[in-house]
Amino acid sequence: MADIPAYAVSRATRSSRIGMAIGLIVLIILATAPWWAGRADLRLLIEIFYYLALAQLWNLLAGYTGLVSVGQQAFVGLGGYTLFALAAFGGVNPLAAIALAGVVAAIFALPTAFLVFRLRGAYFAIGTWVVAEVYRLGFAQVSALGGGSGMSLPADVVRSIADGRQAREWLVYWVALIIVLAAMAIVYALLRSRQGLALTAIRDSEPASESLGVNTYRTKLVIYIAVAFATGLVGALIFLQKLRISPDAAFSVNDWTAFVIFIVVIGGIGRIEGPIIGVIVFFVLRELFVDFGAWYLMLLGAVAVVIMLLAPRGLWGLLTDRWDIQLFPVRRALVVKETKDSG
Amino acid sequence: MTAAKTILSMDMVSKSYGALKVTDALSLTLGEGEALGVIGPNGAGKSTMFNLIAGGVAPDEGKVFFDGKDITGMPPFERCKAGIGRSYQIPHPFEGMTVFENLLVGARFGGDLSEAQAYDRCVAVLDQTGLLPKANVRAGSLTLLERKRLEMARALSTNPRVLLLDEIAGGLTEQECHSLVETIQQIHASGTSIIWIEHIVHALVAVVSRLIVINFGAKIEEGEPKAVMESAAVREIYMGIEVDDAAA
Repeated sequence: MADIPAYAVSRATRSSRIGMAIGLIVLIILATAPWWAGRADLRLLIEIFYYLALAQLWNLLAGYTGLVSVGQQAFVGLGGYTLFALAAFGGVNPLAAIALAGVVAAIFALPTAFLVFRLRGAYFAIGTWVVAEVYRLGFAQVSALGGGSGMSLPADVVRSIADGRQAREWLVYWVALIIVLAAMAIVYALLRSRQGLALTAIRDSEPASESLGVNTYRTKLVIYIAVAFATGLVGALIFLQKLRISPDAAFSVNDWTAFVIFIVVIGGIGRIEGPIIGVIVFFVLRELFVDFGAWYLMLLGAVAVVIMLLAPRGLWGLLTDRWDIQLFPVRRALVVKETKDSG
Repeated sequence: MTAAKTILSMDMVSKSYGALKVTDALSLTLGEGEALGVIGPNGAGKSTMFNLIAGGVAPDEGKVFFDGKDITGMPPFERCKAGIGRSYQIPHPFEGMTVFENLLVGARFGGDLSEAQAYDRCVAVLDQTGLLPKANVRAGSLTLLERKRLEMARALSTNPRVLLLDEIAGGLTEQECHSLVETIQQIHASGTSIIWIEHIVHALVAVVSRLIVINFGAKIEEGEPKAVMESAAVREIYMGIEVDDAAA
């Protein structure tokens, strides 16, 4: 064993260094958006940020850990309702309530996991959806939270966020930007770590991961709960921006799971770059089809089918088939300097 | 059987799927540093035996011992960390990861090594198993033979005390088979105990010092390879020769 070939392990690539530089420039542009963008643009950007965050989180769950959940709206809704309940009745500052919303979502995720982890594959997917529906129906029964018709964030709570409408909107914008950056940074750091190896291995073969020493149950449980925590945070943010919540909006499978799956699958599942491409495509299509009314969802479905037929690994997969680009390299490439017999 | 200390044993282990008894009161022992061969017809329960040892399948009855401890209720990942490395008969590569990364999973988790130690271990195993030129290739694009080689390499990356090899020589050319036998001999010589399930008997007997025969989930013959291959039970299974006919 002592006599091994000289080697090096490389983790960054040239494209990733260029990507980082471009990313930094984009970040500076986005961070200064309140000074150059209009109100409607800011609102659109916030929406893009939370969809990107939800897509990164769902990608971590389904694309890496192999937990194809169709019930992430459960945690969006829980996060949103926690914010409203704490801010309206608990007198908690709404920004502090965002963090607590994550904690509450994570607490609910634990019993949910014990239930849905008994199921596999398609049954797991349906099971998570059923649980989310139960939460929706449950919240519709709580009359203090407005029952089925929901509630608005009280005016004094809205005023407590910041002085004046503009300051409030700017603050919410920066919080959204911080949350999406944090979500991406954590997912990236996780995938580069030892746990990232385990997650990718579980995605590809659970029995083989287990027989190579990976505690698959605990790994999946930790990821499920961490993703629920972050999804709860995003949920709180979404409804802090909307200022109004109802069970149908909070636990919408369409808004918080179907669109998110579209984004991830179109962009490229199991790649960090995938959701970024996907979210751009999704919003471009939405702005293009905005006048088509009910046809919009059908067109979206048609686009999804076409892309899946032409690029089964998503648009990012199509790009990386041609060129070896990685903006967020999670690989470990082995460079052998000399082999024993050649030396 | 052997003077060496026993590292692994199965004690009267049974497993049924419904009415089908795939493992029937099976007992075996493996000495520290021993190489044991397992033969038997398809569907005899050989791979199930590996699943019972590695923990993928829980027995209905009986116990499995490793290094003096009862591991019957231990989950597979803990058995791996304890020192049981296994390959699958039908390869289960991590298709989206490179060959090198496939091995890293075993070294980082099963072997419990640091990142730098794991790199050393994986490069050594890749070199030993001849997979070094394929290190950065995605496992999903390997051929079947390379996948089988990867199964063995990945099990080795966990630095096992007992290595379970499940039919890795099938389909190899004479020369490839010879180099595989040499690799396994090296692994054995470094002190790793081995149980090898294989249909290619001449490869098997080049490594193992003892052979057991399994049929219908039960052990029907055991002993020195040459004697076992010449036994009436093996001749009956493989050649369809009834003992009475042969005697007549």
